[in-house]
Amino acid sequence: MTNSHPVSGSPDKEPATEPALAEAAGADRAATMTAPKQPEEPRPSLGRLFLDNLWAANTVTVTVLALLLAMLIGAVLIIVSDPEVLATYGYLTARPADALNSSWAVVSEAYANLFKGAIFDPEASGFTAAMGPISETLTYTAPLVFTGLSVALAFRGGLFNIGAQGQATIGVILAAVAGFALPLPPVVHLVVALLAGAIGGAVWGFIPGILKARTGAHEVINTIMLNYIAVYFLSWIIVQSGVQSPGRADAISKPVDPSAQLPRLLGDNLRVHAGILLAVLATWFVAWLLNRSTLGFELRAVGANPDAARTAGISITKTYVLVMVIAGVLAGLGGSQMALGTTANALTPLVVAQIGFDGILVALLGRVKPWGVLLAALLFGALQAGGNRMQSYSGISLELVTVLQALIVIFIAAPALVKAIFQLRAARAARLQTSLAKGW
Amino acid sequence: MSTTAVPDVAAAPVDQGFWTRHRKTGAVLLALGLLATVLFGALATGQQARFTLSETEGGAALEINGTVGAILFGVVALLAGGAILFGVPKRWFTLTLGLGLVAFVLSFLCWQVSAAPEGRNFMPLVNVVRGTFVLALPLIFGALAGVLCERSGVVNVAIEGQLLMGAFSGALFGSITGSVWVGLVAAAVGGAFISLLLAVFAIRYLVDQVVIGIVLNLLAVGVSGFLYERLMQTNAERYNSPPRFANWEIPLLKDIPLIGPALFRGNIFLYLGLLLVLVIHIALFRTRWGLRTRSVGEHPTAADTVGVKVLGLRYRNVIMAGMVAGIGGASYTLALYTFTKNMIGGKGFIALAALIFGRWSPTGALLAALFFGFADQLATYLGAIGSTIPSQFLAMLPYLATILAVAGLVGRVRAPAADGKPYIKG
Repeated sequence: MTNSHPVSGSPDKEPATEPALAEAAGADRAATMTAPKQPEEPRPSLGRLFLDNLWAANTVTVTVLALLLAMLIGAVLIIVSDPEVLATYGYLTARPADALNSSWAVVSEAYANLFKGAIFDPEASGFTAAMGPISETLTYTAPLVFTGLSVALAFRGGLFNIGAQGQATIGVILAAVAGFALPLPPVVHLVVALLAGAIGGAVWGFIPGILKARTGAHEVINTIMLNYIAVYFLSWIIVQSGVQSPGRADAISKPVDPSAQLPRLLGDNLRVHAGILLAVLATWFVAWLLNRSTLGFELRAVGANPDAARTAGISITKTYVLVMVIAGVLAGLGGSQMALGTTANALTPLVVAQIGFDGILVALLGRVKPWGVLLAALLFGALQAGGNRMQSYSGISLELVTVLQALIVIFIAAPALVKAIFQLRAARAARLQTSLAKGW
Repeated sequence: MSTTAVPDVAAAPVDQGFWTRHRKTGAVLLALGLLATVLFGALATGQQARFTLSETEGGAALEINGTVGAILFGVVALLAGGAILFGVPKRWFTLTLGLGLVAFVLSFLCWQVSAAPEGRNFMPLVNVVRGTFVLALPLIFGALAGVLCERSGVVNVAIEGQLLMGAFSGALFGSITGSVWVGLVAAAVGGAFISLLLAVFAIRYLVDQVVIGIVLNLLAVGVSGFLYERLMQTNAERYNSPPRFANWEIPLLKDIPLIGPALFRGNIFLYLGLLLVLVIHIALFRTRWGLRTRSVGEHPTAADTVGVKVLGLRYRNVIMAGMVAGIGGASYTLALYTFTKNMIGGKGFIALAALIFGRWSPTGALLAALFFGFADQLATYLGAIGSTIPSQFLAMLPYLATILAVAGLVGRVRAPAADGKPYIKG
């Protein structure tokens, strides 16, 4: 998170809608009320400003502290769920060292494995082993970037896209079917399969978009419902003849042709594939779209204040539909990677895992800014990759990662809480408001 | 949620002239009736379709020739649609619509039952009714939790998490102590724990309520899944062998044909769920607490002006909602199954759908939950008789129905006006 230093004149405008702004203003007012109002003072040096901001409630500090808090609670969960360690607490007053030592041992081993699995293992030798953790992290990151961007883009347009999961599901269905059903030459095949995935996601995004624009039906409800419809559609289509893998009784489709698979970047032993490059490209595109294009301006205007936007002659109907379609395209592309990448090469009922729901967390953690989403997805990808190692080496369930992710976002979403716990000062320019959607 | 409540709606269509909302509904029903008459009538066989009043093939039964039944009920649906289309008095609208929809379902059943393989042309109604209630039960609890929350102005997307936490802590503490009652209390506390977090973050820290709901669902999945793998899987004997509530038979009532065996030989959760619907309905519309809750959900500023403690009431209602949902979760682990990872599997979201479909009222939520439970049970039944209708499409029905309801195609749903809006005093 290097870019979150609040620089004035940053092209990335604060992504807050009208009520959110009002809330933020209210919160800021409450926070600054206690501090005595300073008269004009001379402009401090850059170094001083940096140090000030380091311990102020800016996005980096809050994110790091949220991560620490989450890992602290995670440690408590590890300890209370380990009967042996818990037993040492039975005689805590007699020999406190036992309890502390065994707790430290189990927690530090778990988190050490989390780190080794996600970033770097000092004991690893050779290129493949050394790059392994990074490769795993990037593999998990790529689809999360897409779903995170999908949710973030819709947020900026004032819509809460909980449907990234469903859009990714429909995307992966079409991408995989195109991947094994169409006989095409290598590069063309991959492009066609990705396009199919994008179209699938677009359709699944279009439905809530048009319903919102035409009837006012709330997109949160409709996208939740469409998620489940997509899941049932997936479980139906897998077992149809022509899709199901011949000779298999369980629900698994034919494998995607090699010509439609995303190429691996670092040799056959490492799983990282071209999806991560597409993810960076998509991030750049969304950043451009939001900050430099006419549509992006209209989208932000509608998100900030639909009434004002309508008065200014912006078609809200068109914007809502377009936002949801583009969000659907992004989520569909993210879903496509789950079958065209190295995670799996066939459809199964759980092929998209949780990428859509994780995308919501990623978007919030990334403060609904494109590059922030990329960094947040990297953190989540790292947690996922490290969690796998933690599970196999320390026997700590992978579910701990889900807990950590949820806790991080809870703390991020309530910056006032983190501020209160650590007694941070309010930063000069940082506005820590991630909540954007309006109520029902 | 609806065109009237949300101020940022792009274009609210106003039905003008002949095509009012009622007439459109009538036209849809007319088309459905036509479909039933022609398609179901043609596909049904001449076999007798038997609807037995027992759990097996034998016993008293309602019988009708498949083709005749499919066409007859199809025509009834068609006539009901036509009546609505060409001006039935407004007060009869709901009744006529209900009649038409029931006739459509009956026509469909006549086709399916008569087209089933030889020897399976019967539908045991007791099983269907009982299954409907069993499957609807978690939905009823979940939707009631939603009613309590949202009527006081806090959106509850965390129903799923509350059900899951209830199921988990009910199983855990029920197993450790060996007592169903301890399990039941623990389940309520578990659900309340999630809703306490919801309340604190939504009311105290003004976090967006949908966002925090979604995140809390993930937290519940994570925490319960983590502890399940660490504790329950390694020592299932000690941590995951919850005791079960026995079925309580109610004398006299249990002998009523059809309804008796299905409804009055259930466990505590069935009775508790139905009782809660009644209690919450009366409390919401007949007591001081209910009036205050509704006013806080519609116009908190006005309520505050006349001295209602808005935030306190919201805290209380949200925590009560968590307890109700937690008990609903326990209806899995303290009556039917042992705990498994993510065992609620989306029921919380169907409960949310039932809440919306039932228009934020306890009785409406009950009916919607029963409808969704029936769809679920029907899918099981059709699978058992080897129907050509894929069960996945029937499973989609609740979600599709909700989308249609929210989009205003079937009546109009409107959320409490202040639902999801935090209240800042001053």
